[in-house]
Amino acid sequence: MRLISRRLGLYVVTAIVAITANFFIPHLMPGNPVLSLIGRMQAQVSTQTITALELQYGVNTRTGLWGQYLHYWAQLLHGNLGISLSSYPTPVTTLIRGALPWTIGLVGVATVLSFVLGTLVGIVVAWRRGSWLDNILPVMTFFQAVPYFFLAILAVALFATKLGWFPQNSAYDITLNPGFSGPYIASVLDHAALPALTIVLASVAGWIITMRNVMITTMDEDYVLIAQAKGLPRSRVISYAARNAILPSVSGFSLAVGFIVSGALLTEIVFSYPGIGFILLQAISNEDYPLLQGIFLVITFAVLGANLIADFVYAFLDPRTRQEG
Amino acid sequence: MAIPVGTTPVSPDATAPAPGVTGKRRMRMLRLPRSPKIMIGLGLAIFFVLLAVIGPYVAPYDPSASLSTTKGTPLPPSGAHWLGTTQVQQDVLSQLLVGGRSTILVSLIAGAVATVLAVLFGVTAGYFGGWVDDLLSMLANVFLVMPALPLLIVIFGFLSKSASPNDLLIGLVISITGWAFGARVLRAQTLSMRTWDYIESARLIGERSWRIMTFEILPNLIPVVATSFLFTVIYGVGTFAALSFLGVISVAHWSWGTMLYWAQSAQAAQQVHIEWWWFLPAGLALGLFGTSLALLNFGIDEFINPRLRAAGLTGRQARRAGMPRHPRLGLTPVIASAGRNGSGTSQDRSGQDGSGSGESLMVGGPR
Repeated sequence: MRLISRRLGLYVVTAIVAITANFFIPHLMPGNPVLSLIGRMQAQVSTQTITALELQYGVNTRTGLWGQYLHYWAQLLHGNLGISLSSYPTPVTTLIRGALPWTIGLVGVATVLSFVLGTLVGIVVAWRRGSWLDNILPVMTFFQAVPYFFLAILAVALFATKLGWFPQNSAYDITLNPGFSGPYIASVLDHAALPALTIVLASVAGWIITMRNVMITTMDEDYVLIAQAKGLPRSRVISYAARNAILPSVSGFSLAVGFIVSGALLTEIVFSYPGIGFILLQAISNEDYPLLQGIFLVITFAVLGANLIADFVYAFLDPRTRQEG
Repeated sequence: MAIPVGTTPVSPDATAPAPGVTGKRRMRMLRLPRSPKIMIGLGLAIFFVLLAVIGPYVAPYDPSASLSTTKGTPLPPSGAHWLGTTQVQQDVLSQLLVGGRSTILVSLIAGAVATVLAVLFGVTAGYFGGWVDDLLSMLANVFLVMPALPLLIVIFGFLSKSASPNDLLIGLVISITGWAFGARVLRAQTLSMRTWDYIESARLIGERSWRIMTFEILPNLIPVVATSFLFTVIYGVGTFAALSFLGVISVAHWSWGTMLYWAQSAQAAQQVHIEWWWFLPAGLALGLFGTSLALLNFGIDEFINPRLRAAGLTGRQARRAGMPRHPRLGLTPVIASAGRNGSGTSQDRSGQDGSGSGESLMVGGPR
């Protein structure tokens, strides 16, 4: 399990870097962070808000920068991400806790779907190379290049507004009571379908292209030739080649997941889906910096968690990584 | 947004023209395959760069000016406004033309700076190895797994309100998050080249490290550097558009992302009569610019990995090259294998091929 422990070390370092960056970015900006924040908030500034901000950024606590940094860590380890400015005095953690399940559900399902679908299509395209299937590559390139949120706008315009197949926004029918009832669950699935399909469509191209390219190289290996020469059924030969060809896709997952999550947040905004993306937009338009920073940390931790899962899958698939020494 | 996981592994003999190749042959090898994909990509890329240069001069109206105060709804395309107007009667075509410059400039700056950083860190880490490698690789990996967009949102959230939006600054900040992938690929390549004979001999005769890195190693990495540049430009386009769309970068600064921000905040896609002219041009422009770079990248990929080149041939080209029409089994033939002169038969087809693919095909064995 050397791979896992090494990757775990990387994730710990990344988390520390992210937390440190989160602390220092406000302090690197010119002037007193609290005063400049207040200067930017056009509307009501109560003394409570100022006190909350001063506590948040450790100003006026008569400790140096290092002391403030340690204070920040102590707060963080107690699960305290500060107080939201836009919905004062709700803690940032409460807001995030309300939004996180929606995002994890949507992005988790969409990412797994997209990975499975993309890998399967990639195998087929590689196996039938030279046929008309190669023509989907340039099309896929377009979907890979186009921003997620633009695809989302198109999806809303076409499938929700024009054709009326899907609801335009939000996560469930607000006339229903949340709970484990049939209509509620059906409504949640109905509302999640179009955002999820958008994320799948936007992210599937990367998996298809990676899988196809690696698969073409793998099919040149001698063992694939032997498998074919032995007269094994075609599906068996493909599975032998695909099992090795999938490894770069799995290790590429760590690169892709950050992009997919970022893209998914923007997709949520277009669909007014009440996930992290929605409160992110709220934080940006209200200049709610504590919420913004809290979201950054939570997304980072979520991405690191997804990476760790991908590492376990990789170790499971590739026996070489399980060898000691 | 582009997911840069698609680069193929590079075999060392494909990146480097083998010593002893004659000048003429070398030129032919360096030429990118002229497949339709690459020609379309190149044409589109040139078109967009031209647009960025002349766009603001040919824009018919001021993109921010309200041209009429009487109407409160966006107008569809007409003779006066080729791409219609926004809710406050701004000309969409003018916004597209003016916004193109900022979008393309920011992404090119981000791509260029990130590529320089990638070369600097990647080649240094690969060449020196040891603790330098450990440190730089760790740094690159941290930037790879940390989600870039949320970090940029935090940075710009604090930065952009105090400073006025400036294309150079935006490009620089985006490049901070975009160099790590290229650095990792370049490091792996440099690592495999370190022990090559001519690098060893350069070291033995006492060439300085910086000289070996810049004059012996770097020229062989140019295809990889080019790929890395294209990917970071695509990344820059997507990231800048996303930041503008979120409104983190001042929404008064015209770019294609900003246009989508305004269209979305007016719910242009949710109206009963969909105001497609408002969001479609900017989104398509973003997508096509990214596509053009990705198509160019296909060319470089096929240049690096000859197997992909054979796999990308059309049926007619494949028959001409003497390949089976549907190669089911392994054995994707290597075509115009770079660095392997003298194996297989060479057919010069330039001038006699209607499809315009004038590359010389060399069909040899797979290995």
